[in-house]
Amino acid sequence: MKAQPFKTLSGIAAPLEQDNIDTDIIFPARFLLITAREGLGRYAFHDRRFETDGQENPDFILNQNPFREAPILLAGANLGSGSSREQAVWALLGFGVRAVIAPSFGEIFQANCLRNGILPITLPDETVRKLLGRAKDGLNLTIDLESQTIAVEDDVRFDFDIAPERKLALINGWDETAQILNQRVNDISAFEARQRQDQPWLYEREMTP
Amino acid sequence: MLKQQNHDGQSVSEGLTVAGARTLYEKLWESHRVCDLADDEALIYIDRHLVHEVSSPQAFAALRSSERKLRRPLTHYAVADHAVPTRDRNAAIEDPLARAQVAELEDNVAAFDMPYAALQGADQGIVHVIGPESGFTLPGTTIVCGDSHTTTHGAFGALAFGIGASECGTVMATQCLRQKKARTMLVQLSGTPSRHVTAKDIALALIAHIGTNGAAGFAVEYAGPAVSAMSMAERMTLCNLTIEAGSRVGLVAPDATTLDFVKGRRLAPKGPSWDRAAAYWLGLKTDKGAQYDLMVELDLDKIEPQVTWGTSPDQSVSIGGAIPEPAMHEDMAARRQAETALEYMDLQAGTSLEGTAISHVFIGSCTNGRIEDLRAAAAVAAGCSVASEVTAIVVPGSGATRLQAEAEGLDRIFSEAGFQWRHPGCSMCVAMNDDRLEPGDRCASTSNRNFEGRQGAGGRTHLMSPAMAAAAAITGCITDVRKLAQ
Ligand code: SF4
Repeated sequence: MKAQPFKTLSGIAAPLEQDNIDTDIIFPARFLLITAREGLGRYAFHDRRFETDGQENPDFILNQNPFREAPILLAGANLGSGSSREQAVWALLGFGVRAVIAPSFGEIFQANCLRNGILPITLPDETVRKLLGRAKDGLNLTIDLESQTIAVEDDVRFDFDIAPERKLALINGWDETAQILNQRVNDISAFEARQRQDQPWLYEREMTP
Repeated sequence: MLKQQNHDGQSVSEGLTVAGARTLYEKLWESHRVCDLADDEALIYIDRHLVHEVSSPQAFAALRSSERKLRRPLTHYAVADHAVPTRDRNAAIEDPLARAQVAELEDNVAAFDMPYAALQGADQGIVHVIGPESGFTLPGTTIVCGDSHTTTHGAFGALAFGIGASECGTVMATQCLRQKKARTMLVQLSGTPSRHVTAKDIALALIAHIGTNGAAGFAVEYAGPAVSAMSMAERMTLCNLTIEAGSRVGLVAPDATTLDFVKGRRLAPKGPSWDRAAAYWLGLKTDKGAQYDLMVELDLDKIEPQVTWGTSPDQSVSIGGAIPEPAMHEDMAARRQAETALEYMDLQAGTSLEGTAISHVFIGSCTNGRIEDLRAAAAVAAGCSVASEVTAIVVPGSGATRLQAEAEGLDRIFSEAGFQWRHPGCSMCVAMNDDRLEPGDRCASTSNRNFEGRQGAGGRTHLMSPAMAAAAAITGCITDVRKLAQ
């Protein structure tokens, strides 16, 4: 599936001052019964955004202006830990989020973000804390992927790291499956021929009619 | 109890670093490296893919829309486990969304010729239970599944890790994934666990020490005399919970115990093929003098049964120990998190969990839903009764586990004690079916995640071993099973 290309992004950053925001919080399990990947935005942070009776919880930051429309989330360490559910990322996308900033991420969540055109940015703990503090009053960030910088309103700029190939994939919205099929099929076939020699038991089921 | 050290240019355990010596992880990585890619990544060949109803529909949809096929259909194995009801297997699924989800999986496996364990058959069960049981899980392979607890299969010396749904689609079409090599961590287990200290307690104690992020970026290998002495079920519990320390990979090197378990399984190699495979698998252990990036030692003599008090798997204490004061965290964010957890769980710092009344007990899941777990719970439950205000359910990890338990009379022990005996599935581990907590319910659970709302919105989860959960069912409150057994 081709992701929406990511080049620059400018907008409000919503501060979620908590470590270990897991994918169960981002997308509660009961909504996993839905098999589509579109239209999941309304379930993002569902149990934080809504009371059990379905009323909006006014205390939750994403229910407050100007954060309702924030395209950037700022969070504590280990964001997106726990379950591998990609629905968490699709829900964020549907909710309008295109970049997430944290001191660290759950590994599978981070990989899922990259595959769906969401930019995960790792910044030092201290920097994230400073930003979290300022973001409460509404903070505008401008992220430029090409130059790998975040501009905070007009005063400061931060650099961030991203692996070069991942960067290209995000900028161009590349589909990983298509890339492998287009570029690596011969390598894969050669590998299979070798493995069939070394570990024939892994191919036996395919040989019996 | 716990020592951690970095090995900068020093060998891990015995003396000298040996040039060319490799860890188990490095051997598995090298033997599946198709080619190198940019960004220090490699294309890794995937031998086995477990498929379930929740993370596969979007992958199948992507295959369809791009008109791709499965590269090797027989390397996949599908089952419905997450959303299936556990009360009645023969009636149609009541929840229309769950029914549609299972029907979609059935359509997909038929359309793509993928092997499938049907819902009504004895092969059905939780992905991480039926993989090993059927012999689909083999040592030395790479195994993936759109599920983070795929770490479980590392118990066989397989490189097994959880992936997202998009990656499932990539594996289906290409049999490969782009991966970055992890650093390596050795968790050395020494000493002898005392009675009623299980693999679950060991894993929870480890996670409490290193934190939910403590193993992030590392492939963890468990070794030491205590690991060699463990059954496959215990090793699977240990590897299963590795993801709760932030690592996608947990490993135990294949040995005689592994081979005993695999031999004769339906999909395991047979005859001369078995001999050749067995010899290959036994060669996969870490070479003497190989280096790990990090080493952690855990002395099992000092570990006691663990119970979680909070909403993250690293928030556990020894039964009888006091819930830590949030103020002990110097870090304000950590302090606030502990306070939030206590508030959600409606607990007081400084108190013991012993005697905390519970409303529910869940025995099951890919962590503790195997026959050995059911035996341990049944041994505690035998001849006792579930406390009147408690709802207790036992959900075997698979159809084969259920049949085995019935052959041993465990179902009768449970039923007579007042536990409900259910059909296999994820059930109250993830609360996608009708097995779920209501707001304010408190559950003694053998599952793996005590996250807010994990077992139902507003529900409170205490993770513990099967014997501890059975003890809680009998007394109606969190209990030290060692005292009950006296
Ligand atoms: S039992 Fe729980 S953790 Fe295991 S696969 Fe099912 S939902 Fe995931």
